[in-house]
Amino acid sequence: MRAADLATATVLMLLGGVVIYDALRLGIGWGTDGPQSGFFPFWLAVALVAVSATILAQTALTARPRPFVTREQLERVLRVLGPLAGFVVLIDPPGPLGGLGLYVAAALYLGFYMRWAGRHRWPTVVLVAIAVPVAAFLIFERWFLVPMPKGPLEAWLGY
Amino acid sequence: MGLENLLLGFQIAVTPFNIFVAVVGVLLGTIIGVLPGLGGANGVAILLPLTFTMPPTSAIILLTSIYWGALFGGAITSVLFNIPGEPWSVATTFDGYPLAKQGQGGQALTAAFTSSFVGAFFSIVLITFFAPLLAEVALRFGPPEFFAIQLLTFSSFVGLGGGNPLKSLASILVGFLLASVGLDIVTGQLRLTFGFTDLMKGFDFIVAVIGLFGIGEILLSVEEGLRFEGAQARLNPRVVFQTWRILPRYARTFVRGSLIGFWMGFKPGGATPASFMSYAFAKRFSRHPERFGKGEIEGIVAPETAAHAAGVAAMLPMITLGIPGSPTAAVMLGGLIIWGLQPGPMLFKDRPDFVWGLIASMYTGNVIGVLMVLTMVPLFAAILRVPFAILTPLIVFVCAIGAYAVHTSMIDIWYMLIFGVVGYVFKKLDYPLAPLVLALVLGDMSENALRQSLIMSQGSLAIFATRPIAAAITAAALILFALPLVAALRRRGWGLASTVGPSAAPHGP
Repeated sequence: MRAADLATATVLMLLGGVVIYDALRLGIGWGTDGPQSGFFPFWLAVALVAVSATILAQTALTARPRPFVTREQLERVLRVLGPLAGFVVLIDPPGPLGGLGLYVAAALYLGFYMRWAGRHRWPTVVLVAIAVPVAAFLIFERWFLVPMPKGPLEAWLGY
Repeated sequence: MGLENLLLGFQIAVTPFNIFVAVVGVLLGTIIGVLPGLGGANGVAILLPLTFTMPPTSAIILLTSIYWGALFGGAITSVLFNIPGEPWSVATTFDGYPLAKQGQGGQALTAAFTSSFVGAFFSIVLITFFAPLLAEVALRFGPPEFFAIQLLTFSSFVGLGGGNPLKSLASILVGFLLASVGLDIVTGQLRLTFGFTDLMKGFDFIVAVIGLFGIGEILLSVEEGLRFEGAQARLNPRVVFQTWRILPRYARTFVRGSLIGFWMGFKPGGATPASFMSYAFAKRFSRHPERFGKGEIEGIVAPETAAHAAGVAAMLPMITLGIPGSPTAAVMLGGLIIWGLQPGPMLFKDRPDFVWGLIASMYTGNVIGVLMVLTMVPLFAAILRVPFAILTPLIVFVCAIGAYAVHTSMIDIWYMLIFGVVGYVFKKLDYPLAPLVLALVLGDMSENALRQSLIMSQGSLAIFATRPIAAAITAAALILFALPLVAALRRRGWGLASTVGPSAAPHGP
């Protein structure tokens, strides 16, 4: 817990430092039409550096043996976070390569997770993995006209 | 003068379409409130895209109804599953879950729903009368007054939020800094983008809400390896009427809870302390304080009344000042802007149909809400029996839809993922998330108010001390900011050089 606390406070301090750097570039004083662009971020960042430095000192002085996560907990979190990140990559990976779109990615994600984490039977897996994205497609694309990222399958179907 | 406006509001709120919208909203909201990882704020955020094509009044009715539903849904999980969906439902579990385990779940739920309804109703009546007055006063506010109010908003997180005040402050600052990323509309300069075009648009708080509260909450709940083993509750008309016969006994608790809730609630972050305070008062004034914590009906009435009175009261600054009192209200404020409305006191003059339709819909929404939850508890409880391996990806999918829809931008789904991890880490380390979100929402507004104030005074901060209303509010804000410092110094006076407790222990009275 202590290490994570120290790390977070350090990251916040660095963040403050980065903001101060950019704020100085923008100008933190008085322009022709009032405070310059860097004025507000500068003072916020100064405060953030001061606050996180205090948190850092506070944490360094108090020992807390409780770990941030146990191995077991981390494993459980990663088992959710991993597929989640995979889902996001499948929708539209960064780079020139096109993604599968939200609905197909969701079907794969739902199906994979149900089978892998829940060990559901294949018929259930297939049914849910297809029914949920189809329902979402109808609700968002057809009824409420909110466009979602689409891939080759939707293009092939004429959307 | 207020009554004919309210009547006008009812004419808008009680059309078949708007009643239908309210029913759908309450239904969705209750489901959201029951589901782990989804609560009022991110539930409203995820469903916001559905309102883009609606008339604004129906849209706000949908969102507020979702909010009422989520508040009711939180009580179901607290009582039946001992899982507080929101921090302000924690106190409800103290007596709710023991009662459910003793087979009195139906009674506990009836008491919880009825108390929620009474608390909410009390606040709505007060809003009906105070909102126009407050808006009238606020019309005379200038930038210094608005900046002072925003200062007060954030000072109450630091001074009254409990936990480590430094971490509350850090959260606020991070929120403000995130808000300043992108184009500075005043000077036209790009800030904190470091040449990345994706950063030009800045961070949308709705995406932050979905990531921090939605994804972050899922990660937290899987980490704990939550199992939903709930108590059963039979809720039939007989139980409901029996419970209603007992409840008038607690009239004083109802009144006290409502007052505490309203008073704490229109300040940000007030619902949680309000629920604990109300619980503590009820216990202190009870003839049987020893029964509290073992399944005392009054122990459900007190926190639920206060929490809901506070939850509704949080809407007061949102409608009158354009300053949200809670993350949920912040998302609704974002909705207002998307629908093309200008939040703030002028709304009462410009769009009375919207404001009064909204206020009237609070009455109808809560009546519909209490009737629906009373009749449909088994259905909602069944949701938690859906296997976790289906619920998790389903919630993630819905979150991704919500995040993408805000700007139809893929980068927002990535931000959602990042905010999810940040939310998980922050929550574990007791950095509060609500102030971060509010700072992100209010960032531009606060900065503009500050800039305009400084332009008015030619750069002197004295403007916040010389204008009487601004001075009074600023002084109150500074006192709240200093409160934790005073407390720490006093502790030091007793020879204890202990730092402020890091645990986010719920803040009692």
